[in-house]
Amino acid sequence: MGTTTKDHAELSDIFNKDEDRVNWHDETLWFVRAKRDKAAHYIPEWEDLRENASQIKDNVLSNLSQYLISFEEKAQKNGIIVHWAADAQEHNKIVHQILTDNGINRIVKSKSMLTEECHLNEYLEHNNIEVIDTDLGERIVQLAKEAPSHIVLPCIHKKKEEIAELFHQHLGTPKGESDPIFLTAAARIHLREKFITRKAALTGVNFAVAETGEFVVCTNEGNADMGAHLADVHIASMGIEKIIPKRKHLAVFLRILTRSATGQPITTYSSHFKKPRPGQQMHIVLVDNGRTTQLSRPDFRSSLKCIRCAACMNTCPVYRRSGGHSYHTAIAGPIGSILAPNLDMKEYADLPFASTLCGSCSNVCPVKINIHEQLYKWRQVIVKEGYVDSKKATAMKAMEFTLSNPGVYKTAGKVGRWFMKHLPFTVNNNINSWYKQRDMPEVPKESFGEWFKKQNDDK
Amino acid sequence: MTVGLFVPCYIDQFYPNAAIATLNLLQKLGVSVVYPTKQTCCGQPMANSGFEHLTKSCNELFIDNFDEFDYIVSPSGSCTLHIKDHLHSDKREPQATGIRKKVYELTEFLTDILKVEKLNASFPHKVGVHQSCHGQRGLMLAQMSELVAAPFSKPLQLLTMVEGLEIVPLNRPDECCGFGGTFCVAEEAVSVKMGKDRVEDHLNNGAEFITAADMSCLMHMEGILRRKESNVKVIHIAEILNASQ
Repeated sequence: MGTTTKDHAELSDIFNKDEDRVNWHDETLWFVRAKRDKAAHYIPEWEDLRENASQIKDNVLSNLSQYLISFEEKAQKNGIIVHWAADAQEHNKIVHQILTDNGINRIVKSKSMLTEECHLNEYLEHNNIEVIDTDLGERIVQLAKEAPSHIVLPCIHKKKEEIAELFHQHLGTPKGESDPIFLTAAARIHLREKFITRKAALTGVNFAVAETGEFVVCTNEGNADMGAHLADVHIASMGIEKIIPKRKHLAVFLRILTRSATGQPITTYSSHFKKPRPGQQMHIVLVDNGRTTQLSRPDFRSSLKCIRCAACMNTCPVYRRSGGHSYHTAIAGPIGSILAPNLDMKEYADLPFASTLCGSCSNVCPVKINIHEQLYKWRQVIVKEGYVDSKKATAMKAMEFTLSNPGVYKTAGKVGRWFMKHLPFTVNNNINSWYKQRDMPEVPKESFGEWFKKQNDDK
Repeated sequence: MTVGLFVPCYIDQFYPNAAIATLNLLQKLGVSVVYPTKQTCCGQPMANSGFEHLTKSCNELFIDNFDEFDYIVSPSGSCTLHIKDHLHSDKREPQATGIRKKVYELTEFLTDILKVEKLNASFPHKVGVHQSCHGQRGLMLAQMSELVAAPFSKPLQLLTMVEGLEIVPLNRPDECCGFGGTFCVAEEAVSVKMGKDRVEDHLNNGAEFITAADMSCLMHMEGILRRKESNVKVIHIAEILNASQ
């Protein structure tokens, strides 16, 4: 990921070559959105919960340094070893060093989008350390040598028949056996052996409590627990924005996280880690990787409130019809499109434009991030920073000239003449992009302006 | 009360009937309407493409044209929202602020300002209502399916006053049609797919007409309907509300 030269529009165009698959992808994710709606509607105070969660996160962002220092102090008292990483590379080096110090070259890892963001797997594999992803969906994409296409449902782009083929090749299941229960049982047997034999487990962090120095990992499969409880070394990687002030705030976040994500009342496992078992090492790596830069951008800082529920992806009509990989970044969808330009504005200049600005994302967001407004604002920044095609800039200037001069507009617009060639929204793209699958509007015999003038002249 | 009629550029050029219906409807309801003839475009196509800094002259022109009125009414949720959210002026910010507060989309003007309770209109057809996102989520013309909140809909409130009109239920009541301004050509594949899916929902539920408070969504869906040689037509909500008995 991140090395592709194709942008979101081109990758979506490829995805849309198979319309049946697009329909299936759309329906699958819409089903998740519908489950979310149902779960939310069971809670009469749902909108208050969102507001509450939003305000807690606002408070966190405004006092982040104090909360982090408090968390570090408490965690250290609890016997956890705390590391600080300025960027992805430092994070990866820290993890590698911990493993080297303990003579470990094989680890299990439960789901952590941060490690995807840091490309930890590639880094460790390059250093001859084997990583087994233990989240079922992540294991599937790992076997397929792909990146997750969704932050909660990593292999949502794969049909069960494709998974059956992967398992047949890698786990030796019978060819053509695609019964989900059978495949899950096969994965369980395969993963149990890894849990038992691996000496180190890496997990993500959903919430870290400043007050107590504990952290909470939410999974539906219990794989984080299996890894962490069996391993001699537990490494937890967390973005610095995952802090919450107090344990009691979990009462808000654990209620909204999974309702927003999958429509479940709560994750199957919400595991609290506070101190290592006797003889166990517990490490936390606190990672910045651009977060403080984002925090310094007034228009975009609230994107750091994200709790990674993916509700914005499931509701996004563009995501559902373009697939997670079309965003060519670890975190896809609307939230990814406002996070990624902070990391690399040139590489991800296309993402804020991969939206109709419909606003559904902001409405489902459990921490009330104004995602669609930030998409609009990123567009302005990207254009000003010059990451836009020069033809488009020239066309925009021509349009400005026409539209700000009523006389020019009238002559140019004489019943659609200028408009047919230069529909304001077709700027820089051949008008054929409209016409390829849509008819043009019929040109009326007169514009409203012309009709109006005639009416008045007749009077 | 004098209302300035703000006619979006593509309505002026391609859908004059929507603007004529808006004008007639307002006049029928006893409103004094002025159409400033030097208007062009709100500047949204540029702003949504990231060129908001190029909309300054459009903004000034808009203030020249519309500052004097008690209200500004437009048959477009999207263009109204753009003015409401983004009209600013280096020289005349108080006027810009005034305009942002007094600009209304047609249906909200009818329900909230004129408080229309009765319409002399008849449209004996099955109609699917497309909730345009900028109108619905931006201007809050109707409750949004994502929120846990009491339902309401200003367009529906008006359409139920039209004799003979039958509203067609939709499977996804407020999914985006995929027009999205420059998105419709820059992201052609997804835009068209979204449009096809939206149109299909209306067709599967038996709509004869698809209506909306935004002609841009309808233009996109019309393009798809006509390409598939469907008999289903798009029609701006003003034309239905103005359809005589």
